[in-house]
Amino acid sequence: MSDYISHDHEHDGIDRRGFLHCMAWAGTGLLWTVSGGVLASKTLAQIAKAAEPLPATDLSFLQISDSHIGFSKEANKDVTETFKIALDRINAMPTPPAFLIHTGDITQLSKPEEFDTFDQVLKSCRTKDVFYVPGEHDVLNDGGKLYRDRYLKNVEGKGSGWYSFNKNGVHFIGLVNVLDLQAGGLGQLGDEQLEWLEADVKDLGTSTPIVVFAHIPLWAVYPQWGWGTSDSERALGYLKRFGSVTVLNGHIHQVLQKVEGNVTFHSAMSTAFPQPAPGTAANPGPLKVPAEKLRSMLGLTSVQYKQGKSALAVVDSNLS
Amino acid sequence: MTTLTPKNKTAALLCGIAFLNLSLFALAGEMKNDDSTTSKQNRIEIKDFAFNPQTITVKSGEKVTWINRDEEPHTIVSVGKQFKKSTALDTDQEFTITVGAPGTYDYFCSVHPKMTGTIVVEK
Repeated sequence: MSDYISHDHEHDGIDRRGFLHCMAWAGTGLLWTVSGGVLASKTLAQIAKAAEPLPATDLSFLQISDSHIGFSKEANKDVTETFKIALDRINAMPTPPAFLIHTGDITQLSKPEEFDTFDQVLKSCRTKDVFYVPGEHDVLNDGGKLYRDRYLKNVEGKGSGWYSFNKNGVHFIGLVNVLDLQAGGLGQLGDEQLEWLEADVKDLGTSTPIVVFAHIPLWAVYPQWGWGTSDSERALGYLKRFGSVTVLNGHIHQVLQKVEGNVTFHSAMSTAFPQPAPGTAANPGPLKVPAEKLRSMLGLTSVQYKQGKSALAVVDSNLS
Repeated sequence: MTTLTPKNKTAALLCGIAFLNLSLFALAGEMKNDDSTTSKQNRIEIKDFAFNPQTITVKSGEKVTWINRDEEPHTIVSVGKQFKKSTALDTDQEFTITVGAPGTYDYFCSVHPKMTGTIVVEK
């Protein structure tokens, strides 16, 4: 039986074969390498078949998103449990990620008790450093004050909570595009944040790899459902000169990818519930799928950077 | 022929005060929040990420109640802050206002700003 653990050197309940098998379940998972502007990809199934280890990297981190703690409707009656499973997967990784990025919608209704539950469950994660950006569900009633009080302690948050930091030569930028939204509009960054962004990257060399993360996609995924950010073009204009830009988003609860020049856009799965593919339903929202299928549509995203190469590997794996 | 007894006079006076209050309220051009759900006639159902009806016509002083039938939370936010916004409404939660001065009031859901609606208030 292929699901039996044959080698468990770490005594963590998962062997290498099992890990690759699990990752191969992510039907849309690809290993991305961008070199000289040419995009190459291998499916996870190919990687698993070749039995080659992922290349050694100088930095690996993990993106989790849309945990929606407090949601208890038909699409997933126990989102805390699926969040725990996601953390178990992180704890079982052969190479622990340096840190986590949570791309928003920590909670369903911005309630203090929902944030409490999230924080409590997160304690089981061996990786302790977590960087956050808010989703619209985290800032429902107070403009994000509660969110900022809790999740910006380790960064120098500006304005409504945006910030940047450097790790291993990579420049990370966390943006907020879920506040002060206008009637009929999309996600929005706003002038103050855009001016900050322009100044933030002004003195960086063009070979500096850039990772931008924000809740709502920074490209027009499906504006009819509000899946886009009205002023993202201006933000991307400031990043155009860089050789490697990776944009990580949540919000839409599914893996979607797009490459435009040196910019790779990537949206992650949720740990709570899936949403319909753009335009395949009358409206967005929690998608009820057969119980046995749910965990195959939830997941997390691993990102690896090797210093000296303009390559970031973005690999999605589900919770099956 | 009705004569104003002291009791009737009090009633008339209260009526007058009520009318005066309403007029002042209308002049102020505001809308008042009211959690009471006694008036059910002007109801807007939030379903499938839309306000139904999208445009509702009501008389000044009447109540308007929204009820969220989606699994997603929604809010009611007035464009231009003409009336106080709701908190996030979870499934089956309601929000009621009493409308004030005649006019057209646009509103939207601040969580899903593609969702918009209009209240037309007539005299």
